[in-house]
Parts: sequence; structure tokens; C-alpha cells
Amino acid sequence: MLVKLEKLIIGFIFAFSTVSTAMAGGEAEVLHWWTSGGEAKALQVLKDDFAKKGGTWKDMPVAGGGGDAANVTLKSRIVAGDPPTASQIKGPTIQEYDEEGVVAPYHIHAVAKAENWDSLLSSQVSNHMKCDGFTKYCAAPVNIHRIDWFWANKKVLDSHGLKMPTSWDEFNAAASKLQSAGIIPFAHGGQPWQDATVFEAVLLGIGGNEFYHKAIVELDMNALSGPTMVKVFDQMRKLQGFTDKGMPGRDWNVATAMVMNGKAAFQIMGDWAKGEFSNAGLKPGVDYYCLPTPSDHGYLYNVDSFIFYGMKGKSKIDGQKALASSIMGKNFQKIFNIYKGSIPARLDVPMDEFDMCAKGSASDLKYSAMTGGLLPSFAHGMALRNAQKGAMQDVITEHFNSNMSSHEAARRLADAIQASL
Amino acid sequence: MQTLDFQKMENIERSSARKRIFYRWLLFIILGIFALYYLAPLYVMIITSLKTMEEIRQGNLMTLPREIIFDSWITAWSGRGGIDAGNVFLRPFFWNSLKMVVPAVAISTFFGALNGYALTKWRFKGDNIIFLLFLFGCFIPYQAILLPMSRTLGFLGISNSISGLVLVHTVYGLSFTTLFFRNYYISIPDEMIKAARIDGAGFFKIFFKVLIPISAPIAVVTVIWQFTNIWNDFLFGSSFSFGEAAPIQVALNNMVLTSTSVKEYNVDMAAAFIAGIPTLLVYILAGKYFIRGLTAGSVKG
Amino acid sequence: MLYWLQRNLPKIVISPSFAVIIWFVYGFVLWTFYVSFTKSKMLPRYEFWGIDQHFRLWSNPRWFNAVENLLIFTILFVLVCLLIGIILSILLDQKIRTEGFLRTIYLYPMALSFIVTGTAWKWILNPTMGLEKLLNDWGFTEFTFDWLVNRDMSIYTIVIAAVWQSSGFVMALFLAGLRSIDDEIVKAAKIDGASLYSIYLTIILPMMRPVFMSSIVILLHISIKSYDLVVALTAGGPGISSDMPAVFMTQMAFHRSEIGLASASAVMMFLTVLAIIVPYLYSELRRQDANS
Repeated sequence: MLVKLEKLIIGFIFAFSTVSTAMAGGEAEVLHWWTSGGEAKALQVLKDDFAKKGGTWKDMPVAGGGGDAANVTLKSRIVAGDPPTASQIKGPTIQEYDEEGVVAPYHIHAVAKAENWDSLLSSQVSNHMKCDGFTKYCAAPVNIHRIDWFWANKKVLDSHGLKMPTSWDEFNAAASKLQSAGIIPFAHGGQPWQDATVFEAVLLGIGGNEFYHKAIVELDMNALSGPTMVKVFDQMRKLQGFTDKGMPGRDWNVATAMVMNGKAAFQIMGDWAKGEFSNAGLKPGVDYYCLPTPSDHGYLYNVDSFIFYGMKGKSKIDGQKALASSIMGKNFQKIFNIYKGSIPARLDVPMDEFDMCAKGSASDLKYSAMTGGLLPSFAHGMALRNAQKGAMQDVITEHFNSNMSSHEAARRLADAIQASL
Repeated sequence: MQTLDFQKMENIERSSARKRIFYRWLLFIILGIFALYYLAPLYVMIITSLKTMEEIRQGNLMTLPREIIFDSWITAWSGRGGIDAGNVFLRPFFWNSLKMVVPAVAISTFFGALNGYALTKWRFKGDNIIFLLFLFGCFIPYQAILLPMSRTLGFLGISNSISGLVLVHTVYGLSFTTLFFRNYYISIPDEMIKAARIDGAGFFKIFFKVLIPISAPIAVVTVIWQFTNIWNDFLFGSSFSFGEAAPIQVALNNMVLTSTSVKEYNVDMAAAFIAGIPTLLVYILAGKYFIRGLTAGSVKG
Repeated sequence: MLYWLQRNLPKIVISPSFAVIIWFVYGFVLWTFYVSFTKSKMLPRYEFWGIDQHFRLWSNPRWFNAVENLLIFTILFVLVCLLIGIILSILLDQKIRTEGFLRTIYLYPMALSFIVTGTAWKWILNPTMGLEKLLNDWGFTEFTFDWLVNRDMSIYTIVIAAVWQSSGFVMALFLAGLRSIDDEIVKAAKIDGASLYSIYLTIILPMMRPVFMSSIVILLHISIKSYDLVVALTAGGPGISSDMPAVFMTQMAFHRSEIGLASASAVMMFLTVLAIIVPYLYSELRRQDANS
């Protein structure tokens, strides 16, 4: 009787709290963490486009920690047997989810074949989007972010007679000079993902493209603990000396603001940082520099994508197909990426309306792709699976926030990776 | 002789009066310092929420706002209108939270009272063991049981709804509410129950006619405890409800923890404060009864 | 039949709640226990693997660090909360007129959620925006307070904020305890010439044993569960210097595809809770039975 009562009450509340939303053109429940600023605007473009196709969009935003909070939500939804239609998942995590059997059947593969995605995307990008042994499309890419950027305040550099550094030694010299002039040389937020972002840019520059591939993508133990890695950690230690006291825990956009107002000179951050500059009305090349960090034409990419889970019911499957097609739409990819600061994943989107940073990024991408410098970012989950990425990140952030020696850090890096495999 | 003694006593009394005044002052100074420690964060939150971003950047955390502006409060509560599409604001989520909190608190309190009553006034073999088993539920780290919980909710078909949240909060509240009521009822003399039984009253009649009327103090404690915990929960809220059905803490998180675009600390603080208003009100209004309720018995556990 | 029903009514009344607890608490604990013996990564898997996850856990330096932090945090948190709670409750019990007002001030932090607490304290403790800047602005240019960003001190900032949030509750418990003590005892002691100080120390506080016990249990459960505050305040940093077991577990389960390892750490947490709670409850229940 009491159980019944409980059920009755629950049912009663349930009746009030759900609103049915079934419509023609399919429905899509999309889990994401793009809730503010340029990202929210960019996503609105997708929502509008999807609505035009007659679809019903159910928004499921969970912000926080670059998707950390959304991850918890996603897993509990999947375990409940009720995954969202699509969610923001990228890199090898796509295949990890596929191996758990929650992605198949690959409803959007038909769309991809009909729209010939293979010809619209570079093979590197399209491989990330495929499941079932990299044969069938199960995710759709929205953009390509470059990670290894130097953002610098032009006025600060000019007034100290400095140019953008083309090697790490040049950077160190410039930074020392700025430091003695009372300017914070390196604006940084001490959060693990930011530490890792800096680390991979340094590693790409000091180790070179091949070393990056060996150490980060192949997880070669000798590379991870070897002398080159020690040098990389040495440079990290130098960078730590160029930061200020407020660094730990600082949000990246606060660090960007320090570069904008001239309190600090440089920041290493992906190209979403551009949004902060343009919001403040600053112009690339005039007020600030956006140039790659010193490396041998390396290019670290991060491709944001939406993964589509296995679904039952026509309306949901229709929704997935319509959404996938919207995401790959030419016009959407253009407008979205102008807002987001990245460049389109589609190769055939005209770049004339983009700013000079984005244009530079697009042409660098082509060159790096030919010379073998186009590499997946590990800090942003494009190179490694979660367990290895996390293990690596722990060591990097421990080293950067303590006085651990470079030898010790390199040894621990190899150990941590070994233990996580 | 006698006069001398009298004078001596007067002296002692005067010095002890002085001493008393000194201690009185010391007492208030210590209490005042603690009050500052407790109030500082609230003060910082409120004045920051009333400043413009410009003032926040220039001043420090104690500087008073030049003029009091409620703009950020309005933004936090009802958004900026159409310009910032996609931005989150609190108003719709506030009602979601209410819809979740009220039934969850009511159900868990009711069952807690019933359990406490059955465990103390109708003792049976193994009742202490059962009570012990209930108690362990208070100490579960919720992250650890999130996944089996989702599975269960999925099985029941309420994985993405307020009803699911009501169920979760009721279940994990039961341990606490049972504890509170059991410890309260155990201090109520069994003679009352015996008398009622002699008058022919049964299990439920005694519960509703004898115990419920005298349960107000502990009910207040329980309701405050449950209300605060459920209102402030983020983990379950973000795992078992989404989008438009999310409770206020999830919306607050979405406002405060996004990491793109310029951080509007004034709006963040205003939002944080608004999200805390209901629980603050409960504490301020019912605080007196809270101590009374604790005095009345729950402490004796 | 009716007689049977009447006899068993208390059990029947309890059974729905009991069933729910058995499933949602013990069922889930068992589930976690089992999963800690599997190879679960991204999502739970159910093929038995063995005890390896537990070995991996105890060879993970980050886990040791988290356990050490939990110890430091728990000891300080419990002691400071008790100390402040006792002092405040005794002071408030001196029949002062503003008691109601002050009590509300001491108690209100309990009402706020971790996001609120974290946002406010992060702001105050930040060296470039908060307290340090304030005092520097006021002319104390030498003043530094950088615990939040100092890896050796960051765990203590969590203690500060946690004490802020919970000590008022301990105060309330003790105040309630003081109120339930018979005034006659104090009067009698006064007549015997005992000072107020020694009355509290030797007579009243020892009488508050149950209050001590409930406070300690409540504080311990807060400290073992502490997750929200760490995430909001330091996110475990700088580095991993303020990591805690609950943070470790959440990270592994939800962000690292290490559900097996996370379950192993959860099992350790359950066992810790058992080790603390069971002896206490056992002794309490025996005492109560003896009394009644």
C-alpha cells in the first residue's frame, strides 16, 4: 500500500514534469558544454539550421571543466540505457565508446556516403570520425582548432624592441628581458589541461614532429623517458619561472585578459582565445600576434565532433540523420567557425570571410599535412585514450607545479604510462 | 568591625562588577570576530554582485560599490533578453528545483517518522541491526553509486525526469530522516504509548494521534536538513536530469563554470546568491526551531 | 490472521524503506565491490578479472597523495570544528541578548551549496584579487597570503573553507546539548565555589559525550565525502597537491575510463567508513539498550 502510494506520488509528479515533444523531421537531444559567449552563438547557428530542416532540438547543456561535468552526465545516461541522440565527443574516445557497443548501428553512415564526406574531409580528420575498425562514420566533425599558438601583445613587444620568437631560445631571451622590465612574460592558468597544452607545444618544438609522434602517439617508452624528454621538461621549468603568482587554478580567459591589457606578454592557448581578443575589439596583426609556437612546421589539431549513439525509433534516427547533415553543411561550417575561432573541418569552405589568424591556420594545415607535421593534440584528447591521457597529464601538472627535476619527471612519465596500459 | 567587613565586601563586589563588565566585553569581541569570519564571504558576494565589471577590476574585494546597481541580479534571474541567445539564467530552473524539493522532503520525512516510530515504540527482534543497516546509507560517497543508480533509474523508466530525482533524494534521505526521528522518539516515554494502547488505539492511530502532534521540533530539524541537502545537490541533479528539467544548481553551474567569454563575476555572484536564497531563508526563519529541535532529542544519539 | 498482521505491522511498515535501502545502498555497494574485480574501463563490464585493480590502486602515487591529504584534512577539520563549535556554544550560552542573531550568522554557511562557497572563497583567497591585495592596498605591502596557490598549503585552504561551512553546525549541536543540561548541576557546583571555567571543563563537557560523538560522526562523514568543495576551490591543485579520495574516484570513473580502478578506490572508502562507524554505533546502541 505504501509502495503504491510512493509510486502514485512519483507518477503524479512525473505527469507534471514531462512535456512531450514529438514532431516531424526528427528530434535530437544534444549534450554539450557550449553555454556562453561565442560558443553559444556558434551552437545557435546549428540549432537554427536543424530547426529549418523541421527537427526538434532538445538542449542538454552541462558546463564545467571543459566537459568534465558533461562526462558524468553522459556516462550515467548511457548506463541508464538512455543515451542522448548526440554528444560532444572527440578523438579516440569515439572509438572507445564504440568498443563499449553503445554507438552501433551507425545510422549516419548512410548520410555520410550520400553526401560523400570522404571527399569533403581530409583523411586524418575523417579517420577520427569512423567506428567499427575505422570503416563506418559514427561522428560528424564541426571544426579544426589549432593548439600550438602563441598569443602576444604587440604593443608590449614593440615597446621593448622585441619580435615574435622563432625558436624557444629566442623566446627565453625575450621573456627574461620582459621580466626584468616588470612585465609578466608568460600568462598562464595552472589547471592540468592548460599545463598539458603548454607541454605539448613545447614538446613539438623541442622534440620535433617525429619525436612527438613517437612519444605521444606511439607511447614509445624510450622516447618518454629519454634525454629529449628531459630537455622538454627543462623548458617547462623555465616557462614556470616566467609566470606570476596568481597562476594556479586561473581560468584560461583570465590569462588571455592579462595579455590583452598588457600585464603579460605571451600566452600559449588554442585558437578559441581569439574570441576574447575580438570581443574586446582588438585586431590581429595590429594589437596582438597570433603565430604558431616555434616548431618545424608542426601543427597540433583538435577536431570537435558530435558522436551519434545507437538509437531506436524512427523519429530519433531521423533526427540523427538531419543533425549530421546540418553539422556538415557548408554554410553552417563557415558561420560556426567564424564565431568559434577555429577553421572548418570541411575542406571546400571558402576562407575569405575569416580573419588572418584563421587563414594562416588553414594554409599551415595544408603544408603540415604534406610534410608530416600534422599531429593530434594529446592535451585535448585527440591522441590518446582517456586513461593514458590522464596519467600523462598528472605527471606534467605535478612537475610544472612543484620543483621536481626533469629527470625525475621523465622517469615518472614513462612509469605512469606503463601503469595505465 | 562590622562596618569594616561591609566595606570589604563592597570592594569585592565592585571589583567583581568591573571584572564582569570586562568579561562581557571580551565575550562580545570574541563573538564579533567570529561573526566577521562567517559573514566575510557573504559580504564579498553581495557587494561584488552590486558592482559593475569596471569597478571589480579596479577595486579590491572590500571596496563598496560606488552606486548600487541591480543589473547583474536581473541578468542572473531572467537573462538579458534576445541579444545573448543561448545564455543561461535561473528563473525556469528555480521552479524545477521546487518541484523536486517539496515532494522529496515530504516523502522522506514522512517515512523517516514512520520508521523511527516502528523502531522505537514497537521494538522487535533485530530492530537495532535494521537501524544500523539504515545508518550506513548516510555515509555512502554518492559518486561511487552513480552508475548502478542510473541503471536502476533507466530500468524504472524515470532516468531523465524530476520523478527520478525525487526518488533518489528520498532514498538517500531515508537514512538521515530515520536516524533523526528514531533518536527523538527514543526519548519519549513508552508510558504514553502504553496508555494509548490500553485505550484501544492501534499502530497507526498512535502514530497519527499521539506521536505526530509532538514531533514538531524534530520535524523542523529534518525538514531543514533535507531541504538544504536536496536544494544544494549538484551531482544527482546533473546526472539524472537535463536541459529544461534541470534543477537550479545545474543551471548555476552552467552559468558560473563556463570557461569561454569574459567572466562576469558580478553576475556569477548574484546568481550564486539567488540560488542560495531559499536555503538561507529556511535557516533564518527556522533557525530558532532548529536549535530547539536538536535540544529536544536528536543530539542524544 | 488479524493478530499476525497486528504483531508484524511494525515490520511491514518498515519493509518498503528497508527494501529500498537494501537495494540502493547495499546492492550498489556490492555492485561496486564486484566491479573492482573486473577490467571495466569506459563503462562497467562484468567479466571477472581478479584483484589487479586493487594492486594498481595501491601502486598509484596519486592515490597515496589523496589518502595522505584526507588524513591531514580530517584531523584538522574535526579538531578545529569541535574547538570553534565548543567555544562559540559556551560563549553564546552566557545568556546574551543578541544570541538569536549571532546564532543565525554562525549557522548560515550550512545553507549554501558548494558552488556558492567555492566561488566566494576562491575570490577571497586568490592572492591577486583577494585578501592579499586588500591588505596590500591598505598599506601592508609585505603581507602575503598565497596558500591557495602554494602546493604545500593548498590543502589547508580547503580546511579553512570547510570549517567555515560546518563549524556552525557543531556549535548548534553543542548549544543544544548545553541547553538540555539541568541548571541545578551548575548551581550546585557554583555554591561549592567552583569557577565557571572549571565547571565547564570538569563537569559540563564530560556530560556532553553523546554530543561529541554525534559531532565527530557527522564531521567524519563530511570529510570522507568531501568532493564538492575541493573541486570548487582548488580542483585538486596546484598540481595534485590538494587531491582527495572522492576526487580521485570521480576522476578515474568519469574522466579517465578507469571504472575498475575507481571502484577499487570506492571499496577502500566504504571500508574506511565501516571501520569508523561500526564500533561507534555498536557501543552507542549497547549503551542505549542498557539505559532503557
